[in-house]
Amino acid sequence: MNKQSNTYTILYSAIMVVVVGAVLALTYMALKPKQDENIANDKRMQILSAVHIAAHDGDVKSVYDKYVTESFVVNVEGKEVAGDAFAVNMAAEVKKSEKAERALPVFVCHLNDGSVKYILPVYGAGLWGPIWGYVAVEADGTTVYGAYFSHQGETPGLGAEIAKPDFQNQFSGKELYKDGKFRSIDVMKAGQKPADNADYVNAISGGTVTSKGVEAMLKSCLSDYSAFLNQLKNGKTK
Amino acid sequence: MLSKKNKEVLFNPFSKNNPVIVQVLGICSVLAVTAKLEPAIVMGISVTAVLAFANVIISLIRKTIPTNIRIIVQLVVVAALVIIVDQILKAYNYEVSKALSVFIGLIITNCILMGRLEAFALSNGPWDSFLDGVGNGIGYAMILVVVGFVRELLGSGTVFGFQVIPQSFYDMGYMNNGLMILPPMALITVACIIWVHRSRNKDLQEK
Repeated sequence: MNKQSNTYTILYSAIMVVVVGAVLALTYMALKPKQDENIANDKRMQILSAVHIAAHDGDVKSVYDKYVTESFVVNVEGKEVAGDAFAVNMAAEVKKSEKAERALPVFVCHLNDGSVKYILPVYGAGLWGPIWGYVAVEADGTTVYGAYFSHQGETPGLGAEIAKPDFQNQFSGKELYKDGKFRSIDVMKAGQKPADNADYVNAISGGTVTSKGVEAMLKSCLSDYSAFLNQLKNGKTK
Repeated sequence: MLSKKNKEVLFNPFSKNNPVIVQVLGICSVLAVTAKLEPAIVMGISVTAVLAFANVIISLIRKTIPTNIRIIVQLVVVAALVIIVDQILKAYNYEVSKALSVFIGLIITNCILMGRLEAFALSNGPWDSFLDGVGNGIGYAMILVVVGFVRELLGSGTVFGFQVIPQSFYDMGYMNNGLMILPPMALITVACIIWVHRSRNKDLQEK
């Protein structure tokens, strides 16, 4: 058969596409369960990082089940609603324009010393793509116990530093409420201070857009939780 | 096992015919992944694997490929291999796959792949093509490692994420060079490597 003819070329590309498509589909289906498990374990690991618990590949699930004893979903008014907190997709929730429709997951974590922390997921935008994280709040509803941030593709060495302990550890002990009002936590350049007296941490030099992204993410996501946090402040424990 | 020609095919890309510093291919990814050493190494390994297998596959089917769509066929083979590598990393080494994120997908755009498929695999047998792929992959990885080492050491004071420049240096006023983290310094580092390499290999110098 003439290899330069149109018929041959068309047949060749058609067969190639079918074969390659089949191979890729098979690979995907064969590896999918393993990948889903990795993604779920990765999420568990991130949630645990917010309360400074490091889990390793093999035992993530058991460590998670030991500490995170309870999880539930609240709405903006702080009322508990039906739903599986672990399955909530924050990326979809923050896009809902009606705040009342947002499902806000809360993970309750009992530490070894008997204290209770509430872990709240946050989600926002960095410079190149989405950034997200988990903020652990003390039972008083205002003090931050720990924070974890991650990103999809921020610049290595600059914006990507938000995923490093050096940046995240700054958040421990900061307060979300100042003078009785919800203020969130600002991310400021060294030497600057927020105008509204909010608690702040140092931004990453060279990673300004990502740092400001973290600040905006905390402000918008945590303010959704402010009714829930108010309940904690007022002593209503779950 | 290795004839004289095989050896040349495998070892030439290490120095005399290095894809990065002599053929000046794949510069884009040298900029992108070398701010830290670890992603540079994983990227080097991934490119070597994809290049070796793409070379073998193209070499096996080279007699059947219609000339006017050969570039498309090459792209499809490379893209399929890259997706498979990405999926396998996600399933069995999730940590590394997270660290490399988009860069694995960007292997497709690495000019070394198309360059070797077009220049070598289309006209040579599978075994030679495999060696050529491994050789060029390692030649590329070597440069990534050198550039990644220099940039991480001077830019962050670390190697593999471990602090190597002692705290006493910082106390005396030493500072990490933030410019090393930025892409232009990757080009300048590569240029320095080319400079040293050419001054040691007189036959590479243009008259």
